[in-house]
Amino acid sequence: MASSGLAAVTLPTDTQICITRAFDAPRRLVYEAWTTPELIMRWWGGDRGVMTLAEVDLTVGGRWRYVMTANGGFEVAFHGVFSEVVPEERLVSTEIFEAMPDEQAVATTTFAEADGRTTLTILVQHSSRAARDGHVASGMEAGMNESMDHLDRVVASLR
Amino acid sequence: MARAATTSDAFNAVAEPRRRQILDLLSGGELPVHDLVTRLGLAQPLVSKHLRVLREVGLVDVRDDGRQRRYRVNGRPLQPVHDWVKAYEGSWAHRFDRLDTVLDELKERERRDGQ
Repeated sequence: MASSGLAAVTLPTDTQICITRAFDAPRRLVYEAWTTPELIMRWWGGDRGVMTLAEVDLTVGGRWRYVMTANGGFEVAFHGVFSEVVPEERLVSTEIFEAMPDEQAVATTTFAEADGRTTLTILVQHSSRAARDGHVASGMEAGMNESMDHLDRVVASLR
Repeated sequence: MARAATTSDAFNAVAEPRRRQILDLLSGGELPVHDLVTRLGLAQPLVSKHLRVLREVGLVDVRDDGRQRRYRVNGRPLQPVHDWVKAYEGSWAHRFDRLDTVLDELKERERRDGQ
């Protein structure tokens, strides 16, 4: 299958995380995979666990909720409410990790298509730097082990 | 949490856009302070203040060269930040790889339906 490119994570400000990835598919399909519960069930857990629930009410004011049994055997759940739904273009929703219900982030997801490929961009605005840092650290604790020797990429990744 | 104290220090230092700009300028090689002042278009005291912050967390090294102070970048303190961001990136990469598989199936479905 065609390679679609690497995920890029940048930290545009000290309270934001931005994740970008290109997909070898038109955006109507990326949007479908992104918003359809039975499809979300298949990818959202990544290698961190097994999804047990995905609910999506794709309307302004509608709620989404994802539940996963993480590899450690414990359950993690996230939910939020959509404040903008522009089909195949843009979604804005809150994002709450239920173990830390006081920390509410806002995620803006955009789908941009060019030449049949789709660039997905997720900008997550956290309420504080501590909350943002904790979120990134939770990704690290999932036990990823990337090789990283290119220090010059650091400055770029923090831009 | 997985983060070390040094991460937080280096992290603070690079949270400021002007300081990132200084690191970018120094990534091309050592520069005397007056060159930095010229290229940044900022007042010398402000540049010195940023350089002091960067020096305190070890992101720049300084040496005296006659009457000039010359600065160069030292990336080592950023390694933990780098690792931290890369690990997060890795966890998304696994998700996206699975999403690729789902998308391949959706494309295949469209091909079939289109026939």
